[in-house]
Amino acid sequence: MSFLKSFLLLLCLLTGFSGAVIAQEDLESLRPLVNALAEGKFKETEQQVADLAATGNPAVAPLLEALGNGDLQFRKSDKAVFITRSAGKGYQLIDPLTHEVAGEASRSEVTKIKVNNGLRRSIRAALGSLTLMAKDPDVRKTAAAAIFKAKDPEAIESLDTAIAKESDDDVRLVMEQARAAAVLNSDGGDADRLEAIDVLASMGNRDALSLLTGFAASAEGEQKAAADKAITRINKSLALWGNAQNIWYGVSLGSVLLLAAIGLAITFGVMGVINMAHGEMVMIGAYVTFMVQEMIRSSAPWLFDYSLLIALPLAFVISGGIGMAIERGVIRWLYGRPLETLLATWGISLMLQQAVRSIFGPTNQEVGNPSWMSGAFELGQLTITYNRMWIIVFALLVFAGLMLVLKKTPFGLFTRAVTQNRRMAASMGIRTPWIDALTFGLGSGIAGIAGVALSQIDNVSPNLGQGYIIDSFMVVVFGGVGNLWGTLVGAMTLGVVNKFLEPYAGAVLGKILVLVFIILFIQKRPRGLFALKGRAVEA
Amino acid sequence: MMTSFLFRTLDARAGIFIGLMLAAIILVPALNLLVPEGSTFHVPTYAVTLMGKYLTYALLALSVDLVWGYCGILSLGHGAFFALGGYAMGMYLMRQIGTRGVYGDPILPDFMVFLNWKELPWYWYGFDMFPFAALIVLLAPGILAFVFGWFAFRSRVTGVYLSIITQALTYALLLAFFRNDMGFGGNNGLTDFKDILGFDIQAGTTRAGLFAASGLALVVCFLICRAVTRSKLGKVLVAVRDAESRTRFLGYRVEHYKLFVWTLSAMMAGIAGALYVPQVGIINPGEFAPANSIEVVIWVAVGGRGTLVGAVLGAILVNFSKTWFTAALPEIWLFALGGLFVVVTLFLPKGLLGLMDKGWSALRRRPAKDTAAHGAEPQPAE
Repeated sequence: MSFLKSFLLLLCLLTGFSGAVIAQEDLESLRPLVNALAEGKFKETEQQVADLAATGNPAVAPLLEALGNGDLQFRKSDKAVFITRSAGKGYQLIDPLTHEVAGEASRSEVTKIKVNNGLRRSIRAALGSLTLMAKDPDVRKTAAAAIFKAKDPEAIESLDTAIAKESDDDVRLVMEQARAAAVLNSDGGDADRLEAIDVLASMGNRDALSLLTGFAASAEGEQKAAADKAITRINKSLALWGNAQNIWYGVSLGSVLLLAAIGLAITFGVMGVINMAHGEMVMIGAYVTFMVQEMIRSSAPWLFDYSLLIALPLAFVISGGIGMAIERGVIRWLYGRPLETLLATWGISLMLQQAVRSIFGPTNQEVGNPSWMSGAFELGQLTITYNRMWIIVFALLVFAGLMLVLKKTPFGLFTRAVTQNRRMAASMGIRTPWIDALTFGLGSGIAGIAGVALSQIDNVSPNLGQGYIIDSFMVVVFGGVGNLWGTLVGAMTLGVVNKFLEPYAGAVLGKILVLVFIILFIQKRPRGLFALKGRAVEA
Repeated sequence: MMTSFLFRTLDARAGIFIGLMLAAIILVPALNLLVPEGSTFHVPTYAVTLMGKYLTYALLALSVDLVWGYCGILSLGHGAFFALGGYAMGMYLMRQIGTRGVYGDPILPDFMVFLNWKELPWYWYGFDMFPFAALIVLLAPGILAFVFGWFAFRSRVTGVYLSIITQALTYALLLAFFRNDMGFGGNNGLTDFKDILGFDIQAGTTRAGLFAASGLALVVCFLICRAVTRSKLGKVLVAVRDAESRTRFLGYRVEHYKLFVWTLSAMMAGIAGALYVPQVGIINPGEFAPANSIEVVIWVAVGGRGTLVGAVLGAILVNFSKTWFTAALPEIWLFALGGLFVVVTLFLPKGLLGLMDKGWSALRRRPAKDTAAHGAEPQPAE
């Protein structure tokens, strides 16, 4: 907010300066009005502020801003008004209109023009209407939005002139909405108000809703009916947008689940290896991101925006390498004994966690968002943050890439051959041990790049992986083992269901319900949503 | 002849175990209470409590061994049954505090007063009576296991899938018990107990009594497990473990056998939890953490799966080293535990008892290689 204020001030200053060059005598004509501020009580000051604003001269803006901040003082000797700045023991005096330095004064020589909250509010509104005429459309828009918040009936006139002059459709819309808000707050006639209600109803957001609800409480007759109608209309559209929001959040959560689970879909789904250390591969990927960013911060800060792109291949290689080492060292001795594999990989996960904790410490590491991943944009009533959006895109890209590798490359062919019939594949000359190692490495590497993405939305700590492991297994089991499409559908379904349950049941209870649902679902379809068809007694 | 030899060694092993346990039950409290504090033979009270805790862990491991070692059900959620038993006992102990709580409310436990609850939720009724609480210690895990098992075994969820949903079960309970609305103390759980059955819970005599009770419970449950596994039912269980489909094709209702042993095991885990809580003085949702349940499995694996005695041995050994490591080398403990998981699964598929057996038979029959004897043993399938 304070940033916005100083931004406004800066713009006012700029416009003020340009105005000063063109119309020096205009400024001097303002002088009596300005100096009048030195006299009178709050009520009168308020009137004076309104008068100043009514001149429509942009040069008044910095003056009003200073008044609002309590920087406007007058010299006791001649009642001349100055903007003051602390300088040493006294003040530097600045001419409020020309912004030239006009000498210095000690603290006892000047008196502050007092402002109270009511006055501050009217100053803000006055500033708002002044900036309505600014050259920059963004400034005009912000000013209109400020009036919308203040609902100041005094601003209607200036809004009208501004609307008539406005060339930008977006800005005009905001101005009309601001006008409607102000009209509702004034004592205008029926027709005016009904029109205002219409404008607000088509706005359809929470601000309009709260405005209308406040209005409907005190309104009567036709106006009340119109307001009530508008309220129901807004509520309906809000409910619709609420659902859209839930779906968006659900898809967003689903893509996170997909990222976490997709590597597991390879190691568990395709190879049948229960890799409890999967979450730690994700964690290692996140730590790789952290290290890359640390290195960039210290030696090449201009590369920061590319840090994630640099981290991706590194995370893939490091996590994949560790995965292959685990496969060669431990898992290959345990093929055909899934429960033992589960225990051994759990042990590995404990060791990896402790290793990371010993090296980096148990606290959260700070991983920054590159500029293209921070911020948000609005789509209707939805606020879409860039990092969530990129993660969805990224998850889908990883999924598509993985599909491509498995379906279209020789390596994918070998992998599928080995998992379908190991002995036959070996007879055809495929080196099955290597395929095992590479497939496991692929799954782990994908967990690593998932870690790069998850480092953007989650705390990077040694426990990062543990939070995902149960969810990932749920997704894979729910979607159907050995089926990547099942993983996609499973992740998205669980994500959306979770987010739809949250408003009714709360986050924790929603999660519990999802878990119970999965437990029951597995009873019904023990092989998941998209089970591989077969006639084996035991898979 | 081979089988009779096998049983003889087993019998001897069980005999030694029961003898040792009974000796411990008598000796440890005696050394704690009767021997003066300065003496070298005195067992300090904290050691009694610590050993009592190990015994409850051993009982938990025993219950896991019963389902995993003999029936092939790898439960990664036995901690849930343990914690449920613990909560039932904790609720009894909370009600015993009475007006001695911080807020001095005669009926409501402190956390409920703190949360502004006006009356006791219905599921807290009756916990002021010990017999009722003891019944719930058995029933809460038992019913949960029965319902869960009924669904899971009937739809033939087996192997890894079962392991994963048991983990989901304990995880769901973990989340649930963290909620303040559940009425189980939320995050902080139940603690600050004052007395049990009228005895001061901090007193040395009570501690010794709890130790003896844990030991007795362990012996009794051990005998029950032995009876179950040595009976005809036990043979069917082993058949289910080794070849479930074949057993089913032979006409056995596999799911009934599994359900029986699963529920029995859950109740034993509940007893273990109930004995654990008064000794450590707190029960909180952390006991439901999936990691805890997985750790129990490694105790069993270390000692030797499917041996009962091995589970007890493994639980005591691993927990003893945990106590030692976390005090002496806290950084190393997770490496050691993780390494244990890997080493045991890779090199000690039969655990320490299997290793001892091997060494024993190698010593006795050094000239005649006994590959035949080992080959004849049924290999546990997954």
